[in-house]
Amino acid sequence: MKAWHFSENAYPYLPPADQYESIRVNLPNRNYDPEKGAKLYDRFLDEWLIAEDEGVEIMLNEHHQTATCVDPAAPIVLGALARLSKKARLLILGNPVANRRQPVRVAEEMALVDVLSRGRLECGFVRGVPYEVLPANSNPVRMNERQWEAIDLIIKAWTSHDGPVSHEGRFFHHRNINIWPRPFQQPHPPIWISTTTPSGARTVGARGYVQATFLSGFDGTRAIYNNYRQGWREAGRGNDVPINRLAYAALVYTADSEKRAYEGADKLLWYMRANKVPFHYQYPPGYMPVPAMAQVMRGAALDQHAALKDKMVVEKAIEAGIMMAGTPDQVYAQIKRFYEHVGGFGHLLIMGQAGFLEHDDTVHGIKTFAREVYPRLKEDYPDTAISGHGQDRSAGGQQSEQSLRHAGLGVVNPVSS
Amino acid sequence: MSSTANGLNRKTLSIAGAEIELFEGGEGAPVLFLHSGQGVTAGDPFLALLAQEWRVIAPSHPGFGKSSLPDWVDSVDDMAHIYLELMDRLGLDKVDLIGCSIGGWIASDIATKVPDRIKRLILVGPVGVKVGTPDKLDIPDVFAMPQEKFAQLIFHDPDKFRPDLKSLPDEAIAVMARNRETLALIAWEPYMHNPKLKHRLHRVTAPALFLRGESDGLVSAQYLEKYAALLPNARTETIAQAGHAPQLEQPRVLFEKALAFLNA
Repeated sequence: MKAWHFSENAYPYLPPADQYESIRVNLPNRNYDPEKGAKLYDRFLDEWLIAEDEGVEIMLNEHHQTATCVDPAAPIVLGALARLSKKARLLILGNPVANRRQPVRVAEEMALVDVLSRGRLECGFVRGVPYEVLPANSNPVRMNERQWEAIDLIIKAWTSHDGPVSHEGRFFHHRNINIWPRPFQQPHPPIWISTTTPSGARTVGARGYVQATFLSGFDGTRAIYNNYRQGWREAGRGNDVPINRLAYAALVYTADSEKRAYEGADKLLWYMRANKVPFHYQYPPGYMPVPAMAQVMRGAALDQHAALKDKMVVEKAIEAGIMMAGTPDQVYAQIKRFYEHVGGFGHLLIMGQAGFLEHDDTVHGIKTFAREVYPRLKEDYPDTAISGHGQDRSAGGQQSEQSLRHAGLGVVNPVSS
Repeated sequence: MSSTANGLNRKTLSIAGAEIELFEGGEGAPVLFLHSGQGVTAGDPFLALLAQEWRVIAPSHPGFGKSSLPDWVDSVDDMAHIYLELMDRLGLDKVDLIGCSIGGWIASDIATKVPDRIKRLILVGPVGVKVGTPDKLDIPDVFAMPQEKFAQLIFHDPDKFRPDLKSLPDEAIAVMARNRETLALIAWEPYMHNPKLKHRLHRVTAPALFLRGESDGLVSAQYLEKYAALLPNARTETIAQAGHAPQLEQPRVLFEKALAFLNA
């Protein structure tokens, strides 16, 4: 198993939450102090490099017009990390390609980072969260179709080496595709996709990309992985799905005592608590299928959000499988339990910094995990391990599209996807 | 074909990959009614009034109501072309055209394409052009506001039009969700307009009546005036005690205005 330190580069110095409508989309940037922001960038870059020193890999993501993640141009930060780091794999999860007008430009950015890092790029693509269609001015209808066309176009740009090729598709048109540089890794950097729908996971499985899911908990994650494995097998990739095809992002905080761990973990829950976003930003038309949207309009989402609110204490979050926190032994046991429940996964994406978790505590969490939990995980779950043994014929194996969509309503995920 | 409660017939036409449902009834000169973002139903009181006087044809736009949405359709221009074919199929050589809101945009677009086939044009709270400054949306962003604010902007008396989302059948809620989705598809960017349209409206020679409810919070009086001024032969009127949907709030007043204008 590989572990990744993931930081959203949040800007937590905000007025009281009752003084603004939403932490995203319309929070005035007069609340952002560039001096404080510059110090935060320095700090977060340092923390990634400390993680690297501890043998942990590096992950970052991108969001827009929000205080929760002040990294609206992840490829730029990735470029800095490519030069500052020396050995860690660099995962961007990801490029919101349904919101980018020029997929070929994305191919160029990623190829540049891959060369700059001597082939350490792990290139993620995400659809983008619903509340980002307004900042991106991106039509929320047919995003999925746009995303897949963009990904195929990017792969074409990465893998065409004999002069210009062209693309005239449904959503993108490009007359002269001949990118310089081309990627360092051949035929191209590993591709990761985050998706939360069963059909999405089946498609990702059929293509064999790495499937990542965020904070989807015990049963949600199992369902997504089941569908991935199903897609993988149906596409003729063989019966065995290596665990390194599956990734899970959770809030993780490890400390030398349970008390300290719970205090740190509680601060990580800022991710959930601070995610104040009104309904009309969360549910743009067309972002989710009509039957699911109809349920939301009936009020299903309110119930889901109420349920989510209940999970915003450490014990509940651990119980729900969205958090692993405690002493090294406790965190190890929680990860093991989660691993077994979902059938196995090969990448733990550690959301290890949020809100007011200060530098020293963040570093303590990284180091305690890296030194006392990570070695056990690597030993127990080598990359060659197989995911899904004994899982896929059990009850959760073949859930209907509809039931999963309904189950997934609340997964208007604060973080990514 | 099936008959509905108020004497309108529902039928479907296959056009360029789209299955278009339409409601048709009444006798006399043909009136093509193009609905707003809220869609149209057989029980629409305004349609029933129109059918007393004319042959009314009221299709659901592709992706609205029960009309299908082919992959290739993603604009008002696409919908206008589908309706040109519909006019041919139904033998509507010359037609009076009424369009509300987004339907007003489609109607304007059709009128620029086949000005000779439009006898008279009535646009109710129409969108489709950009007449204001670049630093302000001409139409408030309906995709970025709470449902309650939306209700207040589109209705004079929102309390009369609050849907009971708990008790409506699944099918009705799904239609509402789908209508809104298709509206986003065609009106997202540029928002609620086609920059070219205002340079084409000079082609619309038919007499045109631009109407808006006095409480319309989406289409302002100034917007309506500037829009109407782009046509060679248009005038504006206001409907009292109505918002963005006079066809729902004041169907009889709207009908009487239509009667006076179309029979002039």
